[in-house]
Amino acid sequence: MTGPSTKARQIAVALWLLVSLFVLALISVLADGNDGLEKFLQFVVGGLALGSIYSILALGFVVIYKATGVFNLAQGSLVLLGTYVLYQFKEEYDLPFGLALLFALVLMAGVGVLIERVVMRKMLGKPVFSAIMVTLALLIIIDQIVRSIWSEPGYVLNLPWSSGKVDIGDVTIRHIDFWAVGSAMVLLVAFFLFFERTRVGLGMRATALDAEVASAQGVRIGVSYAMSWAVAAVVATVAGMILTVRTGGGALTPAVGYVALRAFPAMILGGLDSTGGAVAGGLIIGLAEVLVDGYLDYDWLGERFETVVPYLLLLPIMLWRPHGLFGTKTVERS
Amino acid sequence: MSSSSAPQAKGEQGGHDAHLDAQPSPQHAQLKPIALLPGLDTKFSTLAIALIIIFYPVLADNDFWTTVLVSTGVFAAAAIGLNLLTGYTGQVSLGHAAFLTVGSYVAAYFGATQGLWMIVWLPLAGVFGAAVGAIIGPFALRVKGDYLVVISLALLFFTAHVVRNWESVTGGNDGISTSGADLGLGPLNFADLRIFGHTFTREEGLFYLAWIMVGAFALIARNVVRSRPGRAMQAVRDRDTAAEVLGVSSAQYKIAAFVLSSAMASAAGAVLAVHQRFLTPTEPLLELFVSIQFVAIIVVGGVATVYGAIIGAFLLTVLPETIKTYTHWFDFNIPIWDKKLVSSSGIEPGLFNPGSFSNFLFGLLLVVFLLLSPQGIAGWIRAVKGGAIQSFWHNLRGHLRGRWFQRGEPAASRSRA
Repeated sequence: MTGPSTKARQIAVALWLLVSLFVLALISVLADGNDGLEKFLQFVVGGLALGSIYSILALGFVVIYKATGVFNLAQGSLVLLGTYVLYQFKEEYDLPFGLALLFALVLMAGVGVLIERVVMRKMLGKPVFSAIMVTLALLIIIDQIVRSIWSEPGYVLNLPWSSGKVDIGDVTIRHIDFWAVGSAMVLLVAFFLFFERTRVGLGMRATALDAEVASAQGVRIGVSYAMSWAVAAVVATVAGMILTVRTGGGALTPAVGYVALRAFPAMILGGLDSTGGAVAGGLIIGLAEVLVDGYLDYDWLGERFETVVPYLLLLPIMLWRPHGLFGTKTVERS
Repeated sequence: MSSSSAPQAKGEQGGHDAHLDAQPSPQHAQLKPIALLPGLDTKFSTLAIALIIIFYPVLADNDFWTTVLVSTGVFAAAAIGLNLLTGYTGQVSLGHAAFLTVGSYVAAYFGATQGLWMIVWLPLAGVFGAAVGAIIGPFALRVKGDYLVVISLALLFFTAHVVRNWESVTGGNDGISTSGADLGLGPLNFADLRIFGHTFTREEGLFYLAWIMVGAFALIARNVVRSRPGRAMQAVRDRDTAAEVLGVSSAQYKIAAFVLSSAMASAAGAVLAVHQRFLTPTEPLLELFVSIQFVAIIVVGGVATVYGAIIGAFLLTVLPETIKTYTHWFDFNIPIWDKKLVSSSGIEPGLFNPGSFSNFLFGLLLVVFLLLSPQGIAGWIRAVKGGAIQSFWHNLRGHLRGRWFQRGEPAASRSRA
């Protein structure tokens, strides 16, 4: 990845986002005056919150891709499992929220390491196709296990900041939205520092580039791989928690894992190996979804048109840049 | 994956090698007899399987398992298509379920709603599927590997959205009936077959229809694979750029593979729709599971083999029904944990119900095969044919001898093919 051109691209994308948002704001003000502006701001808040959740989900994909080169389709099931484990600690064992979250995160990190050690480690050196298919199989297995263990309907996860909200003018911001955006930003900074500044993080990047060379330089490859899965599982739990509280008011359904499917475009859009790209992709997709839902009101588009917007946005961008907006362009040799 | 096709290719061409050397003209290659019946041993097993399929409905006279075997046939036909794309051309796609959906609704609209003949709607399903494949194909030229997987996911979302909203054609959320679709083919009517005085039920008729399709697709696939286009596809899979250097247009063959495979899937979907009698829209997540099932079918059966797709389809459609029928086999308590492993009744809580248990087994099977036997069942068959059993006993004998009589010497290392 060359420095200046990436930076230029990041600035260009940010500018493009801001300009298009500004144009939309202008149109809404011209059309509806002050009401239009408030409506617009409300949508932007919703879009940013949703986008942040997508970003967190995408970060989980990226960390595994960056360290092991595996495209992890099972991320959605980690989200699902993490949410239910958190529920188990918080509601069934009646622990205080902080402790429950801590236990859930530790347990999920363990699950991540376990998956890596038992299954994914065996896939090293196998074709990419096989690795993807194994994660697919994990998706089914974990999904069925979760559905089997927590088989009764009507679980509800209550968090201390489930229902609060703040009014700024006529724009309502729910506390959970702050948490979504805040967690995404904190995770982004943490990831950045981790991959750029810490020994383990740098080791993980080196491992992904060339495991043999990395190990010759003293990087412990096994630790890198296990770490990446642990981090992905932890991130997935956070995403699942926020998602459940934000969209369902805390009601748990196995469909939580399904939202991760809609986060694929976010990750692809930013580029599979770019943390900044994951967050940018997530925000773009989230904003697009909410704005389309709010403004495009044509019958012929069909109900719930916003569910296909991520993919609709994805296709032209992928034709333009096949490695995502910020992804590393690989030089292919045969 | 690349090594998997090698023994097969050798087997197919073995008899002709000497001949080809003497007369290496390109026309000669085209004059080879069509495949599926290449050697005496395969001829026998193909004939045996064909006879079993022809006489099964007559002899078994069991509508339940006939129904299951109709879906086996449909899945096998679609899996043969996916194998052309994934196994032979190396393009991973999770959009296969979408092609089936396209075919299903073509059958529903042109067959049931418009009342056209089967000789019209069945080919139309293939044509529509091919068209969708031709749209998604060009993305494979620009986008590769992991990125392509996500692009193919897009297809699931788009078809689900269209199906849900294009109510005049698909019936929207209310669904649409397909039972009125015509199943006639000349003098034969598959809905009400009468041959030599024997009357077949609609299910048995569909059984024949599905398996005739499997036979046709297997014939097409085998002959595509062993001809120039097939070799070109495998070259694209193994070494994209090297294939280009040799004059193979990888773009052309990738798109062709997408078109052919989606046409097959779509035609299979049309028969599936008629078999199901009623279509309702499904969530993309469930569609994804169907797509994963197809991948599981070709992995378990054997990537880049035609008969592997059929074996895989057989295993993965018969397995869930077996579990449902023989639930009591798994109806035991798990040690320590006071729960039954599988329970079909709602009264006694079980860890799984039959449906979720078979899904779980799907996943487990996929992992086990990918980890331990990536060549699938076709790999076992090849190994047995290659004398694996003899060499296993031989090695075991050597191993035991080494253990008992030459203590301290390292045991003979078993070679893994």
